[in-house]
Amino acid sequence: MSEPRLSIEALSAISLRDGNRPVLRRVSLAVDVGEVHGIVGESGAGKSTIAKAILGIIPSQVKLVGGRIAFEGRDLLSLSRNELRALLGRDIALVPQDPSTALNPSRRIEAQLTDGLRLKRGLSAKAARERAGALLEEVQIRDPERVLASYPHQLSGGMRQRVLIAAAFGLEPKLVIADEPTTALDVTVQKQILRLIRALQERHGTSVLFVSHDLGVVAKICDRLSVLYMGRVMEQGATEAVLSAPRHAYTRALLAANPRYDRPDAGLEPTPPEVIAALRTEIAAFDARVRETPDG
Amino acid sequence: MADDLLAAHGLVVAYGRPGSPAVLHGVDMRVGKGETVGIVGESGSGKTTLGRALLGLIRPVAGSVIFDGSDITALEERARRPLRRRMQIIFQDPMSSLNPRHTIGRILVEPVLLHGLAQSRAAALGLVHGVLDRVGLARGTVDRYSYELSGGQRQRVGIARAVVLRPDFVLADEIVSGLDVSTQAQVLRLLKELTSEMHLALAFISHDLSVIRSICQRVVVMREGSVVEEGPCERVFAAPVAAYTRMLIDAIPLPAVDPGWLTRGVAVEAAAAG
Repeated sequence: MSEPRLSIEALSAISLRDGNRPVLRRVSLAVDVGEVHGIVGESGAGKSTIAKAILGIIPSQVKLVGGRIAFEGRDLLSLSRNELRALLGRDIALVPQDPSTALNPSRRIEAQLTDGLRLKRGLSAKAARERAGALLEEVQIRDPERVLASYPHQLSGGMRQRVLIAAAFGLEPKLVIADEPTTALDVTVQKQILRLIRALQERHGTSVLFVSHDLGVVAKICDRLSVLYMGRVMEQGATEAVLSAPRHAYTRALLAANPRYDRPDAGLEPTPPEVIAALRTEIAAFDARVRETPDG
Repeated sequence: MADDLLAAHGLVVAYGRPGSPAVLHGVDMRVGKGETVGIVGESGSGKTTLGRALLGLIRPVAGSVIFDGSDITALEERARRPLRRRMQIIFQDPMSSLNPRHTIGRILVEPVLLHGLAQSRAAALGLVHGVLDRVGLARGTVDRYSYELSGGQRQRVGIARAVVLRPDFVLADEIVSGLDVSTQAQVLRLLKELTSEMHLALAFISHDLSVIRSICQRVVVMREGSVVEEGPCERVFAAPVAAYTRMLIDAIPLPAVDPGWLTRGVAVEAAAAG
């Protein structure tokens, strides 16, 4: 069996501001070559912390206390800043959540797209400009010249997200971290963006770690899922298996709370108190086990 | 069909100087007594503007709003005051709609006194306690501030603030869009129960068609300031007439694997707008 592109092993983190409360509890997951792996969970589950740990941008109040993040076998957590910086953008790229804040408002799209191509791929200014135009065509922007000459505020949210996807995939990275990339978009635009990410990912054999709170979105784009609750992976498996035959009560509760237009009488089920109690017990038992065998 | 409690006829709204392009282009809609009507649309469709015009928070350039048989479109501030109690609003973001310097108790008690629903502060507090019980918040919440509450608790305060005045009509503007699904489920269930217990008419603005389907009897689909389709949810979802409604429904990702979904549908015109 070939080595996974990204392998997270027993990653643990605590919040220093909040009495050393665990934020990640020995999270393990692997993203294979050409696979889209979804991390799904509610707010506070630790989804973004995982994404940030990979990118080396963990906020100062969070501390990683154990585990390993291996990218093609190299431990990212032991790299120097410069080594990590060399990987980011070139081999690992990010599609952020909010397309309105991720672009520099005072620079034209052209400058923002060509920076990476020149710095990370060593293209000449002229070659970078041509490549930027081709990238915009690849994300189905019909008028690339106009968009290259635009400032971010002149573009719609969907258009800005296309630009960011072009920037992320443009350096032909091996791994893309997509952190809630469609949460700020209208549903019809969301569908186009999901379609685009999947098409680019398939064309280039990119691995994608897709972070989302939306079970519907991950159902449509992910090959495999990790369901996260309070920093703990409750369930992991092929998307089909997790959604159609969930093994964990938490996954079942999430599915039951989700309204569905095709089943108006189902959905909106509040999580039963006994499920919440069982989840708390499970987390407490895990924490007790960790205290007894800190390295186990 | 229930009698109309609230109806809009040919509403035209424009912001800014006279002669500015309209944001609503002649909208008709109605909400029956005790009925829950969804208003759905994408950003820029005019759904929030429509809601504000229904409440009289924006004055239309043309058209009328009829509430309980009277034309309220051109009412002066003073004449509108008695209506304020009967028409309430729950906002999207309770963090910015609840005054952070006031206790929840003050936020809930003051309107009760202002509208004369209780003669004393103690009596008003009694009413507030009853409503807190009903929306599933501890009575001790009256001593707390909005920033001390979770998103779900704040939205319950928003609901309590609206229903404590015993209104006939409530406008809910994207009230669950920031919440986790499990919290969203609780808030929507509560709202559904309250509308039926209190015989409340509710206009429920949302971008989420699955949410609308789960709590509304009828739905109004908006696009670029016009109503493109209107009807009972059952019919609109099973057999949408407008191509745009069909496209919106097809774009909802259901939590089930469907390999053909990504490459199916979404018309070319949406791509042009996106």
